[in-house]
Amino acid sequence: MDRKIRVLVGKPGLDGHDRGAKVIARAYRDAGMEVIYSGLHRTPEELARMAVEEDVDVVACSILSGAHSTLLPRVVDCLKKEKGAGELDVLVLAGGIIPVEDVESLKESGIDAVFGPGTNTQDIVEYTRANLKR
Amino acid sequence: MYLHESAGNQVAESIIQGFRTRKRAALARAVTLVENGSIHAQDILEETFKHRGRSRVLGITGSPGVGKSTLVDSLITAIREHGNSVGVIAVDPSSPFTGGAILGDRVRVRSRTTDDQVFFRSLASRGHLGGVSRHTGDIITLFDAFGFDYVLVETVGTGQSEVDIMRYAHSVLVVMAPGLGDDIQAIKAGILEIGDVFCVNKADHPDADRAVSVLEAMLELNRDWKWRPPVIKTVASQGKGVVELFGKINMHLEFLEQNNLLEERVSRSHIASLEENIKRETVDRIFARSHSDGTLDRALKQLSEGKTHPAALARQLIQLYLCSEK
Ligand code: B12
Ligand SMILES: Nc1nc2c(ncn2[C@@H]2O[C@H](COP(=O)(O)OP(=O)(O)OP(=O)(O)O)[C@@H](O)[C@H]2O)c(=O)[nH]1
Ligand SMILES: [Mg+2]
Repeated sequence: MDRKIRVLVGKPGLDGHDRGAKVIARAYRDAGMEVIYSGLHRTPEELARMAVEEDVDVVACSILSGAHSTLLPRVVDCLKKEKGAGELDVLVLAGGIIPVEDVESLKESGIDAVFGPGTNTQDIVEYTRANLKR
Repeated sequence: MYLHESAGNQVAESIIQGFRTRKRAALARAVTLVENGSIHAQDILEETFKHRGRSRVLGITGSPGVGKSTLVDSLITAIREHGNSVGVIAVDPSSPFTGGAILGDRVRVRSRTTDDQVFFRSLASRGHLGGVSRHTGDIITLFDAFGFDYVLVETVGTGQSEVDIMRYAHSVLVVMAPGLGDDIQAIKAGILEIGDVFCVNKADHPDADRAVSVLEAMLELNRDWKWRPPVIKTVASQGKGVVELFGKINMHLEFLEQNNLLEERVSRSHIASLEENIKRETVDRIFARSHSDGTLDRALKQLSEGKTHPAALARQLIQLYLCSEK
């Protein structure tokens, strides 16, 4: 079976910074993965619906607007609602401008890992590969 | 490998059950399994094939950037306003170097993302030429069985006539845009023959009328159309002309039905799927077997030493691995 890793690169909320998202998308593509880019200004509900329809292994949210603590937990909640009962089988990652003091509570709300400015994209790719949930 | 790959035919059963209750996650997973050539794909396709027949399949093709995805967005709106449901399959190219892909059609398809009567799936071409992925026929079957009224298939932007979509779709929409030199290319590439409906998008561009008249003049050269393809101007980014376009698409579908031509197209799509499956199976098998018993390595060595050539080798391998099978 020719298994391809599929990733949704999502831009939640009113945030026009898309460089990071595009850098991440390219890094995943260059690692042989199939990346669905959501485009800007998506709601958590929309991102969750996309994740289901595209049957992705990873939801990767890029957010630099400062609204991460409201939007990201909602992405996780919407994913759980869309996916129904049981453990989430998608890895949920976030990156962008997210202060360290917010990371712990994001993790409690179901974000698996957070990556800030300057992260080496190779590290992100390796982390992703090693932590897939299915 | 999926964890549930080991769970026997429970996987197929739960997906088929999911189709009955219209669970979108079931359709989504079914597409993945078919795309990946999973062992469960056969069971799922066998069952879903029995329930096909509802969907009208519209192929949407044209050069890169002409506005196919933007049109898909407004067609979704038109279809929903008619009270119908729609599934979309959008194909983008895979990188020939890494096998990865960035599938960006969703960027332009912004409305109705969370509408329960709309389903959107992006596919990578995975090395298949011809504008669609090699599983397109089977994936259309899945969408059809799920019960959409319309299935839209956006091809990779090619602008060439050798797009496979015409083999799978009931109706083919060819999208052009002024200012891309498209009118001259169109004639060369024979794209006129594959369109059932033509759309000159970006009609907010001053050259649009000229593009329309060039296209009309070309179509006039052929006098014995059974169906004369209409040419519609649209501004997809503003939704202009899309209701009319949708009307013409439906007229073409009605024309097919009234003249008993739909069956012909359906059977053409079956042949296309059959052919794809035969190709895939034989290629996969021959490579797998010749690889595992070392024949492939030896063959490649002979090739590089110039002792044989690919055509002769191909025939040998087919003889060796296929003709000996009972
Ligand atoms: C370039 C930039 C802009 C450009 C954006 C161009 C574009 N198309 O992206 C422009 C000029 C348009 C802009 C505008 C604004 N900006 Co600005 N901008 C920046 C700047 C200088 C760099 C951002 C960038 O592109 N970095 C390069 C990319 C590659 O890095 P990155 O996004 O961080 O991504 C890396 C990691 O974070 C991680 N990553 C990112 N996403 C993800 C996702 C996943 C899943 C993973 C695993 C990893 C990951 O990997 C990447 C590679 O290492 C930052 C400051 C800074 N140093 O970060 C401010 C900054 C982000 N902007 C800021 C602000 C306030 C604005 C404006 C509101 C300013 C204004 N008042 O008008 C507007 C808002 C625009 C909008 N519509 O949202 C603030 C945000 C403050 C906050 N969040 O609290 C910042 C932090 C500046 C600051 N110090 O105040 N901005
Ligand atoms: N001016 C104008 N721009 C349009 C129109 N329709 C689409 N566009 C723009 O054209 C660009 C390409 O549109 P897409 O819908 O992505 O084109 P596409 O054919 O799907 O592109 P590929 O999938 O990459 O082949 C986008 O910037 C759109 O906003 C239109 O009617 N007028
Ligand atoms: Mg497109």
